[in-house]
Amino acid sequence: MRILSAKFGWSLLCVVILAPCLLAESAKDTCVDCHAKLEGKLKVIVEQSASSVHGHKGMSCTTCHGGNAETEVKDKAHAAGFRGNISRAQVTELCGSCHADGERMKTFNPSLRTDQLALYHTSVHGKMRDKGDEHVAVCTDCHGAHDILPISDPRSPVHPTNVASTCKQCHADGELMKSYRLASKQFADYSESVHHEAMVVRGDLSAPTCSTCHGSHGAVPPGAASVANVCATCHVMQAQFFNESVHKDAFPEGCATCHGSHKIKSPDDHFVGLAKGAACAECHSADDDPGRAAQAIHDRLTQFEAQIKDTRSLMDRASSAGMDVADAELEIAQAKDALTKARVRVHTASLPRVEAELNAGRTVVLKAHNTAEEALRERTRRRKELLIPMTAFLAVAISLGAYIRELERKPSD
Amino acid sequence: MNATARVQTWIDERLNLEEALSPLREKTVPVHRYSSWYFLGGLTLFLFGVQLLTGVLLLLYYHPSAGEAYESVQNITNRVQFGWLIRSLHSWSANLMVFCAFAHMFSVALARAYRKPRELTWISGVVLLFLVLGFGFSGYLLPWNTRAYFATKVGTEVAGQLPVLGHAMMVFMRGGEDVSGATLTRFFGLHIAILPALTIGMVLAHLMLVQKFGTSVPVSVENEWEEHPERRKEMRFFPNFFLRELLGWYAALGLLIVLAVFFPWELGVKADPFSPAPPGIKPEWYFLAQFQTLKLVPAHILFLDGEVLGILGFGLGGALWLALPFIEVLAGTRRIRWVKVGIIFVMVYLTAMSVIGYVSR
Repeated sequence: MRILSAKFGWSLLCVVILAPCLLAESAKDTCVDCHAKLEGKLKVIVEQSASSVHGHKGMSCTTCHGGNAETEVKDKAHAAGFRGNISRAQVTELCGSCHADGERMKTFNPSLRTDQLALYHTSVHGKMRDKGDEHVAVCTDCHGAHDILPISDPRSPVHPTNVASTCKQCHADGELMKSYRLASKQFADYSESVHHEAMVVRGDLSAPTCSTCHGSHGAVPPGAASVANVCATCHVMQAQFFNESVHKDAFPEGCATCHGSHKIKSPDDHFVGLAKGAACAECHSADDDPGRAAQAIHDRLTQFEAQIKDTRSLMDRASSAGMDVADAELEIAQAKDALTKARVRVHTASLPRVEAELNAGRTVVLKAHNTAEEALRERTRRRKELLIPMTAFLAVAISLGAYIRELERKPSD
Repeated sequence: MNATARVQTWIDERLNLEEALSPLREKTVPVHRYSSWYFLGGLTLFLFGVQLLTGVLLLLYYHPSAGEAYESVQNITNRVQFGWLIRSLHSWSANLMVFCAFAHMFSVALARAYRKPRELTWISGVVLLFLVLGFGFSGYLLPWNTRAYFATKVGTEVAGQLPVLGHAMMVFMRGGEDVSGATLTRFFGLHIAILPALTIGMVLAHLMLVQKFGTSVPVSVENEWEEHPERRKEMRFFPNFFLRELLGWYAALGLLIVLAVFFPWELGVKADPFSPAPPGIKPEWYFLAQFQTLKLVPAHILFLDGEVLGILGFGLGGALWLALPFIEVLAGTRRIRWVKVGIIFVMVYLTAMSVIGYVSR
């Protein structure tokens, strides 16, 4: 009896250990088995799907394509609910069947958005597609199909650093854009902009890309009246000062009037004033008061910048002479802040308001200048004052030397 | 009898100074072609005195905490009357003291002045050099600037690499897992209390031994004097040698003041433990040889960690250097040449590695 129960125990243990293996064998994916051997469009690259965000979450081919992945018989596999190739017209609704389902998406990540499909229908892309246009962008055009990666993955086509290149696929296609009567040089312009430099060259993910201004799923071109609002989401103070200025009503296109839209260059002080290339010179001249004020703003800004540079070089001289000018460091930093603030105040188009900011800066830069000058004067004073004790020092040393010599001349006791 | 003589007599009647000073009056110093090297020991002692004096003055204004140390040194440099001079004198004399201590030690080694009966004088001298290096390492952190902070981080990390006790040693030195205000407080205590007490004691022992055994004469000169006794020359320690030494101290003080005025010791930028280490961070020049060696040692030598091996190598090197008088005895007269070659090799190696460490990025 004891032997029997021992045999039963061993058999049960074997079943428990081997059961997962048997189950694993039964959970085979015949889609991959067959399609990995096919060529062309029907070939499945197993690694691509497995490394996608869907693959990581345990989704298989049947989640999107339907059918039965457990049978090796093609007809049975392609029977029950099989959708086969998903057409462009079906893509958004198919993706939305999960991504717009809040209950379902919560099971993967409670913070995931579920409004993408709704937003898509409000976008230019969505509206055109609803009208039957099959050329407009659908989910897979931007996110990919089998190889979809999370947005946070730098390899994803919708990672912030790649968004512009993804939009470019269609929007830089002259022929395609021509049919919609749209320009196709936005990407070329953006590539030369300060925003592109910040995003792609410096890797600053907070810099704007296409979707920052136009939206992503609900993409629309911002209307002329809303351009300033778009820029103001980041450039808050500039927008506030612009809204207080006389230019607000004169320029319905707001920021874009002077800065452009896609090809936004880093503005320097030459952007203000009446010199060639200055934005103000487009409308004003030396013959009108605003033109003269613009030139005065330019002159004050450049003079103040030169004053900061001059003080900086004086501080460097003092510093390299071993003098401590740490107090002036704080003041020079405050002066640079004042210059930045004054440049922002240029948007008020008011000389007195720019001047007020510069005056605050001039006070601190003067203090820094005085500190550096005092440090250099102190260095010179120390060196001059050293002459007196060193002369006395030398005299004592010579006397001591002479005394020793005299002492050694005498015969020792 | 004038007033000075009367005071002298009064003191002598009570303390019997004449008897206490008589050995100094009778003490003589050999005069030969290498005599000028004898001044280095006294010069190191003088610079140690400058360190003590300027250190005490700095203590009046220095605040040993991570939040205030840098600002207090800034205050000393910029606002305290002659604070800049005292701070620069302290920093320059520290560096000159290390230099003189090394030069003194190598001159003694090359002259083989450690021979019987001066083995203990040699050992006390080498221990003094280690203490001086300890002063340099602990004092370097006290201004709490970026360079000092990261150099201390690297330096204590090196100690942490040692097997078995390394990590515990590092935590003890730092007062925690990382360099922080606790490290500064520890280094401050070490710098102004423990090391000065140990050093003053060791200096007294060293001087006592020098006084007991007298000044050593290099072997070549000794042989020459034995052959030609008429060439033997000596100088009275007091006042002849003492006045010459005084002239040397005077010149050193003059040099220190010139250096302090023309090249004031910079303070740098306040340490920020959260910022990354600046590129090309290096220790002070007297630790450059060790630093450069550890940089050149391969990551692994056979199955052992290269860095650990390097640190153990330095430990072994230090122990061998300390035991130099006994190694010479063990080597015997025949192999004495190899001991000399070893001393020259150590000198050349340390100098070359320091230069490479200084010029390399």
